[in-house]
Amino acid sequence: MSQDKSRRSFLKNISLASLSALMLAGCDMKSFDEFLQKHFRTLSAEEIDEIIKELEKEYREKYGKDFKVSAKAAMEGTLFGYALDLSRCVGCRKCVYACVEENNLSRDPQLHYIQVLQMDKEKGIDFEHANVHYNPEKVPEKGHFYLPVQCQQCRNPQCTTVCPVKATWQEPDGIVVVDYNWCIGCRYCMAACPYGARHFNWGEPNVPTEELNTDVHYLGNRPKMKGVVEKCTFCIQRTREGRYPACVEICPAGARKFGNLLDPDSEIRYILENKRVLVLKEELNTRPKFYYFFGV
Amino acid sequence: MKTNSIKILALIAFISMFQLACSIHESEADFYNYTPEDGEIWEGKDVGSSVEYAVEAPPFTDGIYPCNDCHSEIEPNPERRELVDMHDDITAIYDHDSENRWCLACHDLENRDYLRLANGELLDFNESYRLCGQCHGDKLRDWKVGVHGKRKGMWNGEKDYLLCVHCHSPHSPKFEALTPEPPPVMHIKHEETEQTN
Repeated sequence: MSQDKSRRSFLKNISLASLSALMLAGCDMKSFDEFLQKHFRTLSAEEIDEIIKELEKEYREKYGKDFKVSAKAAMEGTLFGYALDLSRCVGCRKCVYACVEENNLSRDPQLHYIQVLQMDKEKGIDFEHANVHYNPEKVPEKGHFYLPVQCQQCRNPQCTTVCPVKATWQEPDGIVVVDYNWCIGCRYCMAACPYGARHFNWGEPNVPTEELNTDVHYLGNRPKMKGVVEKCTFCIQRTREGRYPACVEICPAGARKFGNLLDPDSEIRYILENKRVLVLKEELNTRPKFYYFFGV
Repeated sequence: MKTNSIKILALIAFISMFQLACSIHESEADFYNYTPEDGEIWEGKDVGSSVEYAVEAPPFTDGIYPCNDCHSEIEPNPERRELVDMHDDITAIYDHDSENRWCLACHDLENRDYLRLANGELLDFNESYRLCGQCHGDKLRDWKVGVHGKRKGMWNGEKDYLLCVHCHSPHSPKFEALTPEPPPVMHIKHEETEQTN
């Protein structure tokens, strides 16, 4: 019997051997399935249902809680926009922590989607001299104003174009999302974002079980893993159900406004048409859907 | 011949533009001189009612309302004065154009369970935004569309409004200072940065 010594048969045999070695080494079928999961945007409705069922099962085993995982698609005729009233924000940081709770963000290591920058009124909007660690007895402090920064949901996002594996993209309703299962953790998107709005899980995310929000979206606030990038999604799990984002509802000054840019009767359109509005780093042509305005 | 026809065309164009301008002017004049006909109810666009805006209950001090529990037995005194006995807590903080106004600028003399608009209309406390809007019309306008103040609910559906007085004390309206939540943890400690410097 002549032996086949071609390169083709060598490759075939070695891959079969390593595959069986992997199987023998205790690699269960579930993580194997997860490894072979297709790109989210190419999945059929049935495949998404399957993945969601698996996730709900996994979370029940891991946290002992019943999660409701949604993969609700964008509503027809919506383009989400956000506006923040710089003349009202008092810098209390309530939004920062409402966001942490709503979106199951890691407490330790600490991860915040929102950074509230304290600025000098004299200097105007000046990122070089902004202070994120201010901690006086009471806010607002005299001579200062406050500028919270989070994902600006650009119409022309640079974070998505640099992703080498297309793990992040802009949805039809304008929300820039990340598929944590697809992210390889290269952090190119963090380098590309001019707003510092993307955050990396350097360690295993840590959320106290009793504080877990079990109402989650696949592309949003589901529990994240070590080694993936995450970001503000306008609370996709809430806004696709018609609700306001958590930061809007917590703001005691009523400085945060949210709505559908395609609806001429929305508060966001009223602001764009009647108030003095600005976007951050306009010269970069990222074209944010997150606006800052002066209500007075 | 050619130049003549161009001139005629230009003249026609000019006349039609003039007519158009006149008609716009007329319709504008109609708009401003509009008076309701007999029997027609003139409801200004800005007439608000409690039905129109779902608001949370007014933030009364415990046990203060209904006012008539006490006031029904007190002879109304319309004379402007400083309150020293009951309501002296309000006197202490009162800072809402206090030079020119006092209690009865907003509260009704005869029936203390109601507020009173400048036109004499009595107003329930849960419609107090209409009273505030008498002076702060620009704020009322923004509040109605959800731009001034805070709302909860659905961006594409029902919304819960807060009254002006939920955030601004009517007697001392400046928004109160708040205690900030803790700052984010420092990734690099101060001592370390000093050493590296």
